[in-house]
Amino acid sequence: MQRINSAAELDARREDIRAGKDADRPAIAVCSGAGCAGLSNGRVIAAFEKELESQGLAGKVDLRATGCHGLCELGPNVVIYPEEIYYVHVKPEDVAEIVKETVQGKKVVDRLVYSDPASGEKAVHLSEIPFYKYQSRNLIGNNTRINPSSIDDYIGIGGYAALAKALFGMKPEQVLDEVKKANLRGRGGGGFPAGLKWETTRNAPEKEKYVIVNGHEGEPGAFMDRAVFTGNPHLVLEGLIIGAYAIGAHQGFIYTRHDSKLLKQNIDRALKQARENGLLGENILGSGFDFDVEVHFDVGIFVSGESSALMRSIEGKNPEPRPKYIRTSVSGIWDKPSNLNNVETWANVPQIIEKGAEWYTGIGTESSKGTKMISLSGNIVNSGVVEVPFGTTLRQIIFDIGGGIPGGKKLKALHFGGAMGGSIPESLIDTPLDFDALKKVGAPMGAGALMVMDEDTDMVEMARFFLTFLTNESCGKCVPCREGIQQLLKILTDICKGEGKKGDIETMEEIADVMSAASLCSLGKTATDPLRGTLKYFREEYETNIH
Amino acid sequence: MAKYEGKPGALIHVLMEIQSENHWLPKEILNAISDRLNVPLSRVMQVASFYKTFSLTPKGRHRIHVCSGTSCHLRGADELLNSVQELVGVKAGEVDADARFSLETGCCLGSCTLGPEMIVDGEHHGRLSSDRVEEVLKNYA
Repeated sequence: MQRINSAAELDARREDIRAGKDADRPAIAVCSGAGCAGLSNGRVIAAFEKELESQGLAGKVDLRATGCHGLCELGPNVVIYPEEIYYVHVKPEDVAEIVKETVQGKKVVDRLVYSDPASGEKAVHLSEIPFYKYQSRNLIGNNTRINPSSIDDYIGIGGYAALAKALFGMKPEQVLDEVKKANLRGRGGGGFPAGLKWETTRNAPEKEKYVIVNGHEGEPGAFMDRAVFTGNPHLVLEGLIIGAYAIGAHQGFIYTRHDSKLLKQNIDRALKQARENGLLGENILGSGFDFDVEVHFDVGIFVSGESSALMRSIEGKNPEPRPKYIRTSVSGIWDKPSNLNNVETWANVPQIIEKGAEWYTGIGTESSKGTKMISLSGNIVNSGVVEVPFGTTLRQIIFDIGGGIPGGKKLKALHFGGAMGGSIPESLIDTPLDFDALKKVGAPMGAGALMVMDEDTDMVEMARFFLTFLTNESCGKCVPCREGIQQLLKILTDICKGEGKKGDIETMEEIADVMSAASLCSLGKTATDPLRGTLKYFREEYETNIH
Repeated sequence: MAKYEGKPGALIHVLMEIQSENHWLPKEILNAISDRLNVPLSRVMQVASFYKTFSLTPKGRHRIHVCSGTSCHLRGADELLNSVQELVGVKAGEVDADARFSLETGCCLGSCTLGPEMIVDGEHHGRLSSDRVEEVLKNYA
């Protein structure tokens, strides 16, 4: 592979790639997201390889194992291009027929297309399926179009153009201004304006600065970051390099999950390809800007996703958070200014630079701009990865996209923000997806894991479940968190057994107040949010168990 | 270990590489790491005993993992775990007497749409009802 040494050479490479691609050439995109991988998609891919060979089509049809398509519930999913015919629940036995009928004969295999569970209505093309129809898939939409192992596929769809624009057409301050104007808010949970964080790091006195991708994604029920990182790793990397340029960092870190082989493999390969092509390392694209990235893995504990804990882990130590009276953007890894954003935040950067802040702020609500990826799961018909503009209501996500609650059950509660999030009752379902609106009703979005709970869910038991999780995942460094969760669990366990005592609720509220005020990091500070939320909206469920 | 010689910051990398190949971290290896990386044994022990991925005891030939994430929980993970525990005859965190299986719980592997699920040696068995567990485990000698 030839190193690309200038913006003009990048354009030429893109032209070459596009010229070599025939838009009418058939392609088969088999989903290899976390959901489909668990549904034996590997056997489907192997069957396609064999079948293309035996029908004499090897080399004439592209077969790509892609990142997550989104509709995980109905996997393994297969898309046939150029028509964009969408097949669900594909088994190895279906493959011969798909190749013969659809790829060769241009006919649709009726039994494999999406059929609406309520109306029986069929949808042949991706864009017609209700799950996809109501989304705006700015970040994840390219997953079906590219092979994550091919940098050429990414360059071919316009990849790294934003990086070239930033390096050659903009000063670092201008890049920073654009991100600030776009009002890009951190997608990891806090919703803090990314531009301001970048600026703090840029202006910090230390000369050496770091940028970090937080791909830990330990929040139970969250799987959207790995969907974009596995399926389109260069998108995240491009965002990171642009950020490093704006901030003035020459070293970056990717902190990601160790237990997803495909994710690890795709990130490693993307970094290698980017280096070989002159997009990473010394003198990127001949611009004189140097930047490289090192990969670190979470080693299986939730607290290591917290920013200061994560930085200790990168240093090779235990992930113990520290108080944040000095921000990590001023003093982070080895006490150097370290700007940490999550996967989705970085993935938003290339489009902001390419299309401009004005375009970006045209999407979303007054205070939350752009789109948000949601991982939708729990008691829901269509679980999967969803991407919608901010402002979409929870009702639209649950019913129009998610297809409602299975088994004819009623919706009881919606839970956002994982184990430190909050549950809201069905009556608040018209709340729009918006950082501030959701925080106000008590279901802060967190990283975007939306858990749907049906009428059978015991909310007290859920609060106990979340605290059980957190007691295993806390680092135990500070007393309020370590001891507080334990005491809460004891009381909650009694209440769940129907042995609650008078005064238990008040004791729990008091412990929760102390934990929120005195814990070091957000794990301890917000560990009691599910408890508070359920006490606020479902208090009678506690009271019926107190005697 | 040679590439990390004398680099204390690489402690987690080294432990990870050994853990993923050997599936556990024997005492002699921890001693060797301490020497070669120039990290006190106490700190090696601190890190190795803290992170959940590291194991200081041997694992079974097959590793069963029952997801205890929120989505799996809502879809019946407790019941699934009970049947697995009953069938294998050990509780989560333990290894059976002839070291055929070790059982663990944990979350979240991000395949929430498959819940409740059991993963054996990295292979997912999703939407698993309790009565099908025996049938699945039969395939792992």
